[in-house]
Amino acid sequence: MFEDEPVPGYPLPIRAGHTSPGRFERVLRSGQFAVTTELDPPDSADPEDVYRRARVFDGYVDAINATDGSGANCHMSSMAVCALLTRVGYAPVMQISCRDKNRIAIQGDILGAAAMGVCNLLCLTGDGVQAGDHPQALPVFDLDCMSLLETARTLRDEHHFLSGRKITYAPRVLLGAAENPFAQPVEWRARRLAKKVAAGAQFIQTQWCYDVPLLRRFMRHVEDLGLLDKVFILVGVGPLRSAKSAEWIRTHVPGVHIPDGVIKRLAGAADSAAEGRQLCIDIIQEIRTIKGVHGVHVMAYRQEHTVAEIIERSGVLNGRKPWSPGRDPQANTNRMAS
Amino acid sequence: MYAVRKWSVRHARGLNTLYRALEVVLVALHPLFRWIGYRRLERPVAAVERSVKGLLFDCRMCGQCILSSTGMSCPMNCPKNLRNGPCGGVRANGHCEVRPEMKCVWVEAVAGAVRIPGGAQALQEVQVAVDRRLQGRSSWLRVVRERVGEAS
Repeated sequence: MFEDEPVPGYPLPIRAGHTSPGRFERVLRSGQFAVTTELDPPDSADPEDVYRRARVFDGYVDAINATDGSGANCHMSSMAVCALLTRVGYAPVMQISCRDKNRIAIQGDILGAAAMGVCNLLCLTGDGVQAGDHPQALPVFDLDCMSLLETARTLRDEHHFLSGRKITYAPRVLLGAAENPFAQPVEWRARRLAKKVAAGAQFIQTQWCYDVPLLRRFMRHVEDLGLLDKVFILVGVGPLRSAKSAEWIRTHVPGVHIPDGVIKRLAGAADSAAEGRQLCIDIIQEIRTIKGVHGVHVMAYRQEHTVAEIIERSGVLNGRKPWSPGRDPQANTNRMAS
Repeated sequence: MYAVRKWSVRHARGLNTLYRALEVVLVALHPLFRWIGYRRLERPVAAVERSVKGLLFDCRMCGQCILSSTGMSCPMNCPKNLRNGPCGGVRANGHCEVRPEMKCVWVEAVAGAVRIPGGAQALQEVQVAVDRRLQGRSSWLRVVRERVGEAS
């Protein structure tokens, strides 16, 4: 898949029909079952904190999401996390939220990120400031996820800013968006996905899935709308630690739907954390057979060390070993100034 | 007013028809508007618009009204200013993530849109980023000038 890769982390030749020089797009378009995950950004200015958090995923994920103040909490910026990750060859998905930046800042960041080797963007509206640790902050929301997608696509395909001013070298990126098949209005969620695809989304990462029948219904709608060959869908999954934490998440985290059956299963287990991991594996194995599902996005907040085990035991990689720094010892992964 | 806003969504069909009729009347008045001068009309018309739409829709005077494309539920009442559909945080009871006492304006919009002929299709139009310079200006006058092919 990557035989033409010069040095891991350097841009790949862009194949026909691809929009980015990244490995993640190669994995998706080659029909492999892709695995992505989320890096918990540090509350620190130490780069080693980022690398340590990335290393736990080595060999198990195709791309790592760098969150942008998720939950409206302040952490190291997604831009900086991506700068560090691309430096050693990781394939990050840079999340961009509309909450903290206006269209001037966002467009500048897209150019800068692409210049650093970021090949994947995830365009989000973002959580409201009331959800985080700075509720007194000004919510910006100059763009929304949909106009953000259009903005990024304009930069990439039409080579100009929203103002119309030309850019000389377009950001070559794969555009992603989020979707929550489990939130109200449930019947309209697939249509909203269609709208995101129309605005430029090429891949989708969903909210945590704990309700497979509801996901199946959503995927049937997606198929009915003729979207299956237009977008790569990665379903969000994650291990729950206990019945108590699941209960807390579903009452306090907006947009997370956890059915009672899941809580009961965790409550009835002797080792609820192990049961939570098993449940996550069961869900992965069930959803991988659903038509139109191209991968999983494992969000194991504060349990990142469990991702490798979950992916290993689920068997979704089929013996494939995603690239990570040091996988190929002969490769020189140091980026040189050119 | 929240109760009136909810009433407006329930009566989206009638209000949309009324709106269409108003548009025809306003476009017909274009020669008069031009004679008086659009610039002179801006403030009084914006004031009327603010009170009428404020009452019916809790209008925020974004200056780029898209009520007909959103089931007569004003998207600027969304705390995230979402003009293209609901966020992923809508509660199980259909209420807003940020303001739990309020029904999600997009849950309302979807309900309102199905009452308007072609409304569901209009929801699928991708709305571009808002021009913040138009905040506080009359959307009605802008539409009239657009319809008659005059730059505003």
